[in-house]
Amino acid sequence: MLTYIARRILYSIPVLLATSFLSFTFIAKSSDPLANLRANPRDNNPTVLHHLAHVYHLDQSLPVRYWYWLQDVFVHKLGVSLLTSQPIWPDISVAIEHTLQIILLAQVIALVLGVAVGIYSAIRQYSPFDYAMTSVSFLGYAMPTFWLALILQILFVDIYLKWHVRVFYTSGLNSGVTSSTWSIDRLQHIALPVVTLTVVSFALYSRYMRATMLDVINSDYVRTARAKGLPERLVIFRHVVRNALIPIVTVSALQFGALLGGAIVTESIFQLNGMGYFFITRLQTNDVYSVMAYVMIVAITVIIFNLLADILYGYLDPRIRYD
Amino acid sequence: MTEPTTPLDVRASVVVDPMAIAVPLDLAAAEGMELKTRSQWSYARRRFLRHRLAMIGLVGLIIIFGAGALATWVSPYSFDQIDLTYVLHSPTTVGHHIFGTDEIGRDSLSRIIYGIRTSEQVGLTVAVVSTLFGLIVGAIAGYYRGWLDNVIMRITDLILTLPLLVVLLTVAALLGRSSSVWTIVFIIAAFYWTGVARIVRGVFLSLREKEYVEAAKAVGAGDLRIMFRHILPNTLGPVVVTATLAVADAIILESFLSFLGFGIADPTPSLGKLVAEGQQFPQKWWITVIPGLVLVLIVICVNFVGDGLRDALDPQQRRVRA
Repeated sequence: MLTYIARRILYSIPVLLATSFLSFTFIAKSSDPLANLRANPRDNNPTVLHHLAHVYHLDQSLPVRYWYWLQDVFVHKLGVSLLTSQPIWPDISVAIEHTLQIILLAQVIALVLGVAVGIYSAIRQYSPFDYAMTSVSFLGYAMPTFWLALILQILFVDIYLKWHVRVFYTSGLNSGVTSSTWSIDRLQHIALPVVTLTVVSFALYSRYMRATMLDVINSDYVRTARAKGLPERLVIFRHVVRNALIPIVTVSALQFGALLGGAIVTESIFQLNGMGYFFITRLQTNDVYSVMAYVMIVAITVIIFNLLADILYGYLDPRIRYD
Repeated sequence: MTEPTTPLDVRASVVVDPMAIAVPLDLAAAEGMELKTRSQWSYARRRFLRHRLAMIGLVGLIIIFGAGALATWVSPYSFDQIDLTYVLHSPTTVGHHIFGTDEIGRDSLSRIIYGIRTSEQVGLTVAVVSTLFGLIVGAIAGYYRGWLDNVIMRITDLILTLPLLVVLLTVAALLGRSSSVWTIVFIIAAFYWTGVARIVRGVFLSLREKEYVEAAKAVGAGDLRIMFRHILPNTLGPVVVTATLAVADAIILESFLSFLGFGIADPTPSLGKLVAEGQQFPQKWWITVIPGLVLVLIVICVNFVGDGLRDALDPQQRRVRA
């Protein structure tokens, strides 16, 4: 097991290096960090531009620039934005914190609801409840996140304008200048983004849970358990649910990457200063190194969660062997 | 004396397929009825045509995509025609603005129909291009294995380290903001084909060890013949399903790109862009809600058709939608 984990981690290092080198080459080739200066006639001074290009190693070859960037990542915490000359880490670490809060809440709610609904749908297969939930998850699955988010926004703006009741806020993270991570005010702000992200994951989890439950219910050992006279409640919760939960663990770990993608849209609609918002705003201004920083953090997160999914799967299901 | 066997019996024994709908063959033979031989494909077609949801989805898709394809004739206005007497008007029958108008008085229904045309172009082209490419590459990788297999698997590993949306956004943003429909198609297809390649490769890897492939080799069939004549038909089930679902995926990805402002450039309407336009007017619900609803309908219909095709083409597999 330990050698397996070690090998996976060792393997992910070249993958990360290759991803970063390819993205770096692509991003550096197709955008000019000094474009803003060049466009402005006041700043368009050849000596200054030359100097800046030299300071930021823009006059070097790509592999050399990549090497400087890599050093920056490790020595200077992801380096400095070429556009604003500000260090990237303080900005992105705040964004990570906010995104984590939203994503984790959405994950927990979606998992609890999805598993519960999946279990009940499987036990009462083809009941009205099952059909209703199947339709809901089909809809949740087909709905683009941005559409759902906008509808929620429209709805709650409307409620506020009509009845002057603030149920949930529709933009920002906090009302005042102070930012408090766990307060009623913060929860009112992040409720709608969390709901948006929950719906998509819930659709996936409830379908998945239902399918694996049905698989397990029809297996031989469940028939044995019933045959020896165990009460149905015990059969379902001790024998069926426990085994049906195993694939959900993997799926929910893999869903993290999708949630990070969903966060891009959700955060830019609700204007939350999270990772997705960070990415989109930096992408719009061609802030090369900030985009690179985001890409690397997402890549590392996805790789970690993929690894976690595999390890947990092996831990929960002893039939899986690693070699 | 020879056993009197009717040709009917012989044929019947060939036809029997445990997976097919049970046809009372003996009964038919006893009554001397003419039996029609059915190929695997005709069984699949029957299963598909009897799938209720798939038929609903198919009809829905024909209506929606038909309107999009005939946009020039179907839509009451052109997508950029301005009617200044109706600016930001709610849905009304007056002047045929049944879905209302936008902030400069353009008819929403017409813009949605033209938006469907865009989605349709993106969805269908991406599906066809990435499926064909993925099919060829996956077949070669799965059949020959070796370095090509390694390279392809490593490339897909790399792409899978990032959410597809992040990759597409970065590429679309850096290739310039004024993308045409075909640029977006190219960008999506360039990253989407790896999924198809992985699936085809998996099937080829397992089928290349089968006895019938060995038999084909023994009678001297060439590699190309084995790949395309013997193995390929067996991969078509999963491939057709993947290609169908790719249509929905591509449409959704395009709408995400367009919504975030990195998609197809103005003035071409796109459903994602139409939804985004409503963002400035939270009071004018129809601008946001209706184009999004059309997107949802398209995706649901495609999913229904995909499910029906899967049930028809490869009945053993019960896929959980991921």
